[in-house]
Amino acid sequence: MLVLECPYCGVMADESDLHGGGEAHLKRFGPGSSDDDFETYLFMRKNPKGVHFERWRHVSGCGKWFHAARNTMTLEVYGTYSAQTYEPPQDIIDAVKAKHPEWEGYK
Amino acid sequence: MSKAQSAWNGVSFDGYCRVEEQSLVGMITVRGDLASKKLAKAVKDATGAKMPGQGEILSSDKGRAAWMSPDELLLIVDHAEAPGIIDAMAAALADEHALVVNVSDARAVFHVKGKAAREVVAKLSPADVSVMAPGMLRRTRIAQVPAAFHMVDEETAELVCFRSVGQYAYDLLKDAALPGGEVWV
Ligand SMILES: [Zn+2]
Repeated sequence: MLVLECPYCGVMADESDLHGGGEAHLKRFGPGSSDDDFETYLFMRKNPKGVHFERWRHVSGCGKWFHAARNTMTLEVYGTYSAQTYEPPQDIIDAVKAKHPEWEGYK
Repeated sequence: MSKAQSAWNGVSFDGYCRVEEQSLVGMITVRGDLASKKLAKAVKDATGAKMPGQGEILSSDKGRAAWMSPDELLLIVDHAEAPGIIDAMAAALADEHALVVNVSDARAVFHVKGKAAREVVAKLSPADVSVMAPGMLRRTRIAQVPAAFHMVDEETAELVCFRSVGQYAYDLLKDAALPGGEVWV
């Protein structure tokens, strides 16, 4: 069972208290963008085996969205962080690098 | 005006824990800036309790104030006094970005009483019930529905859910408290 700490409530919430929101830090391409950008924004998602950044919602708790960095292969969780950011904060990057020095970094 | 009725009119069930519906309970949802001094004073005037911190529920003789999210509180007060309290709070917070709403009749409240009160809640929720000390509130789910609970004392769990699922919640709690279902963790 995946267990994530809600950064707003400070409680450990298991997967069944949460709602998954898919890949994190998407850049929106709306009206006026090229067809390719719009298609990529709508449909194309990363599906890595390993380090991944996702959105989650504490649905039966505070109701807030937050971010999580975890490993899709080992289910290891590197950390959770606020929704109010466009990319993973440094402490999360450091936590991933500490475990995987060979990791190519975010993006 | 019609007479107010709770979801279950105070019905109770005696299993290896006792399950009691709490009849009419006043409940007020507040949203706003929890760091605001004005809001803290309004909460104190309404409930007699201080502004709760993250995950806390604070009580006085007059009522309780519970932290529900970084911008939301639940105030538990006398049912008949709730409308007056809301008018006073709305006036006190007129120039703040805040919302005060009476949700008393949109909720159902249950007590689970007995030595195994924690165990009965634990059967239904993914939350770590063992760490819940009086003064802490956890929003989680029981089986398929959202619920919040806190320990009034070591042998009494108070549980709040939506009234629309009040029957489901009562049935769940009765089932979890059935004699023969003891785990005694
Ligand atoms: Zn939360």
